[in-house]
Amino acid sequence: MRSLRYSSLALAAALSLTMTACGGDGDEPDTAAPVEKTDFAEGSRMKALADAGKLRVGTKFDQPLFGLKGLSGEPEGFDVEIAKLIAAKLGISEDNIEFVEAVSANREPFLQQNRVDMVVATYTINDKRDMVVDFAGPYFQAGQDILVAKGNPKGITGPEALKGKKTCSVSGSTPAETVQTKYGLTTAELVLVDAYSKCRDALSNGQVDAVTTDNVILSGYVSEAPEDFELIGKPFTEEPYGIGIPEGQEDFCDFINETLAEAAEDGGYADAFEKTAGTVIETTPELPSPRGCDK
Amino acid sequence: MDAVLDNLDVFVEGFTSTVSLTLLAAVGALLLGTLIAAMRVSPVPPLRWAGAAYVHLVRNTPLTVVFFLVFFGLPEVDVKLPFFRFAVLALSLYTAAFVAEAVRSGINSVAAGQAEASRSIGMTFFQTLRLVVLPQAFANIVPPLASIFIALLKNTSIASAFFTFEGIQAMNRLIAANGDAVIAIILAAAAGYLALALLASAAFGQLERVVRVGR
Repeated sequence: MRSLRYSSLALAAALSLTMTACGGDGDEPDTAAPVEKTDFAEGSRMKALADAGKLRVGTKFDQPLFGLKGLSGEPEGFDVEIAKLIAAKLGISEDNIEFVEAVSANREPFLQQNRVDMVVATYTINDKRDMVVDFAGPYFQAGQDILVAKGNPKGITGPEALKGKKTCSVSGSTPAETVQTKYGLTTAELVLVDAYSKCRDALSNGQVDAVTTDNVILSGYVSEAPEDFELIGKPFTEEPYGIGIPEGQEDFCDFINETLAEAAEDGGYADAFEKTAGTVIETTPELPSPRGCDK
Repeated sequence: MDAVLDNLDVFVEGFTSTVSLTLLAAVGALLLGTLIAAMRVSPVPPLRWAGAAYVHLVRNTPLTVVFFLVFFGLPEVDVKLPFFRFAVLALSLYTAAFVAEAVRSGINSVAAGQAEASRSIGMTFFQTLRLVVLPQAFANIVPPLASIFIALLKNTSIASAFFTFEGIQAMNRLIAANGDAVIAIILAAAAGYLALALLASAAFGQLERVVRVGR
């Protein structure tokens, strides 16, 4: 009994120490975008969001450079910055953005069930998705590419050369679907995992010959280990990343597109890119032209 | 619904792999688990300790960690198997710990007089175990083994995160291609597991009746 009491005392002491350590951490919100106050038309989606003073955003928590929730506990990346730009324009501060983890399988249900106000999650615009949700943007144009071991020992030159090799990608992703349907990879040739970091590890120990997904993600791995990996560097698809919103909010869609256009003008878009994805991708892209909101 | 019916072949291919994983791992787990249970009741103390250590170590480790150790740990020591075999190995190693405990409880349920009688007519430890104790033990543990193997069937879904095409990867693939029918596809996958689990339950129910008749 006695030792039990002492150990619980020690535990309490340790806990209070940890809590003090957390409390002492005073992070300056130095990068906070200026919050703007704008008057929105009565009855508009923007008015409703601005009045609520809160924005619920679905984003990836495991996608380096775009939406990655690391040890800081806050998601970081280009998608997150884009969400912040839009929130600021609505008069909502960063602290009032509620980030919810979106994985590939829950993005449409989140929007259809109104569990989030928008999804910014490396979300490729395609026709089937467009049938159940609306897309603003695109705000970024990625392309599918191939990562191989340094020196390209298997001589892989493009997606056609993946037949008969072992290629790794993420289960349920657009890139996996593309090499299966367009380039005919079988389930034996294409092995799938739940996170690209596993593909990278399997490539580095020689269990797979190639990794395929959007070039921006692969660039991150090359920058981490340039002596181990190289990128083929010939994107073979166009992946326009859009901002998913619930159906029938044309005003909000237009608003997002205007916000993006303004950010491209005043440098906010370039800033957002340079401090996230731009740390490994040298050229800052131009904002792609919007696809329009009316269906 | 169309998204499910039009792509039934993907689901069939996926769940065929789920069934293969389950059956192969069940055989592996049954063999290894019985061996570990035999070690735990053996007269040799180091064998008993090793058996107990295996059960405590593996049973109390999350399956995902076992998968990580098999898929990324073994290649570090130059053991490189095809991914499917790695998955069967990870599932077998994990499930064996549970099987071992079920078999051990079965062995303990056999009256001590049975083993004593076998020894008194000159049977060795292994003869006693193989010919007298284990047959009676297995007849007693069909229900817990059924639970363990149904859990194994569902545990194969962890392999979806580790380079193995099975039911969940089939589901993910269809979701990626059909953003307009996500819920229907998830329900179809759930129905797939449910159907297989019910089938397994029925098979074990039948087995239970057979071994009861045998007694």
